[in-house]
Amino acid sequence: MNLTVNGIAHEVNGVELMPLLDVLREELGVRGPKAGCHQGGCGACTVLVDGEPRRSCLMPVAHADGAEITTVEGLGAPEDLSPIQQAFVHHYAAQCGFCTSGMMLAAQAYIDRGGTDEPEAIQNALAGHVCRCTGYAKIVEAVAAAARGDEFDLSETAVGKYTTMTTGGAE
Amino acid sequence: MAAASVAIEAATEVLMPGSEDEAIAAFGDGAEVVVVGGGTIVVPDLTYRRLQPRKALMLGRAGMSGIEKNGSRVTIGATTPVQELVDLPAPLGPCAANVADLEIRSQGTAGGNICAGEGYEAPRGDLQGALIALGATARSAANGDVTEEPLEDFLPKRRERLLLSVSFEEPAAGAFAGLDRPHTHDYTALAVSGARSVDGTLRLAATGTGSWGVRLPSAEAAAGDPAAAGKAALNDVTPHDDALASAWYRSKVLPVLVRRVLDELKESA
Repeated sequence: MNLTVNGIAHEVNGVELMPLLDVLREELGVRGPKAGCHQGGCGACTVLVDGEPRRSCLMPVAHADGAEITTVEGLGAPEDLSPIQQAFVHHYAAQCGFCTSGMMLAAQAYIDRGGTDEPEAIQNALAGHVCRCTGYAKIVEAVAAAARGDEFDLSETAVGKYTTMTTGGAE
Repeated sequence: MAAASVAIEAATEVLMPGSEDEAIAAFGDGAEVVVVGGGTIVVPDLTYRRLQPRKALMLGRAGMSGIEKNGSRVTIGATTPVQELVDLPAPLGPCAANVADLEIRSQGTAGGNICAGEGYEAPRGDLQGALIALGATARSAANGDVTEEPLEDFLPKRRERLLLSVSFEEPAAGAFAGLDRPHTHDYTALAVSGARSVDGTLRLAATGTGSWGVRLPSAEAAAGDPAAAGKAALNDVTPHDDALASAWYRSKVLPVLVRRVLDELKESA
């Protein structure tokens, strides 16, 4: 079977039924998709398969044969973040971060299909990624900002008002 | 987790038919065959070793996906993703939209949803009620023999036959009412579908009152009075306790959902 992962072609020799997630993580060493629940419930393993968001833990690798796979590593690099990644940083949308890669890929697909900054539409698009923590307002704000095409100065974000708040007591 | 997949490799023969005919031949009499549509139900069962089949029949390349319209007759191939149903008219469209989330609806198939086993915590098969209300027929195969029969007759033997497609006449009107889900990934705790055919026949069906979807003939007979029909529906079901809801709660809510469906059908008359 042939998979193109973040632009790099691979030939994989697994069992057809093996979850795409296991092939990505164990065979190809691509660790951006997270093995959270391994049964479709948390969304942390979400990748783009030919541009469409899919649960890689539920997808038999044979169903991805010949497909282009995009993981979070394919969105941008630390020194060259993609707009959705910049929006997550600027809006403090990552909480512990475990499900963030899957969320950003679902958000990227939402924006790619013309999604707007309307909160309810964003919540529907990310419904499968809402598992148990509480930071969803920031995530919806980040996706809305990216959908609008907002631009961010991340150097300002890093030393911005939130940093002042945490050091405020010492001043 | 990776070790679980190695177990798949050792134990299971994978069959990948390239056409419907090849799928029928590969299914044979169905003994020891687990059918894989999109994988959303079967793959986690394999991962966690709840299933260790001798043969897995993967339908992904069998060309059995798609919605065809022939006049007023709609035919849905077994491997059509659930997401492709969400824009169909009620009751099927809104019923499909109430299944899981976008990613899982896009992967999971109509046939897999219809044929799913009873589940570990609650009944599965969200689409069954809507299709029964539409008077759908199921085309299925076993031992090379292809038959078409009412979906209600097919459901009890859905693990013994390979579902190929379902079809129904477009209704004159339809309605769907379900309980809101605590989370997108919960199966339907209780939902009622109704459809009025072009010749005026009204059908009502429920999902979430037993092992599979059932028609509600007593409610249909009392349909002129939606409140009475709601109470009558309790004669057609045996509500059960499971992880999603108690039998008591289901018996309180079923009449409400029946009434809502009938009210909506009245408005569209």
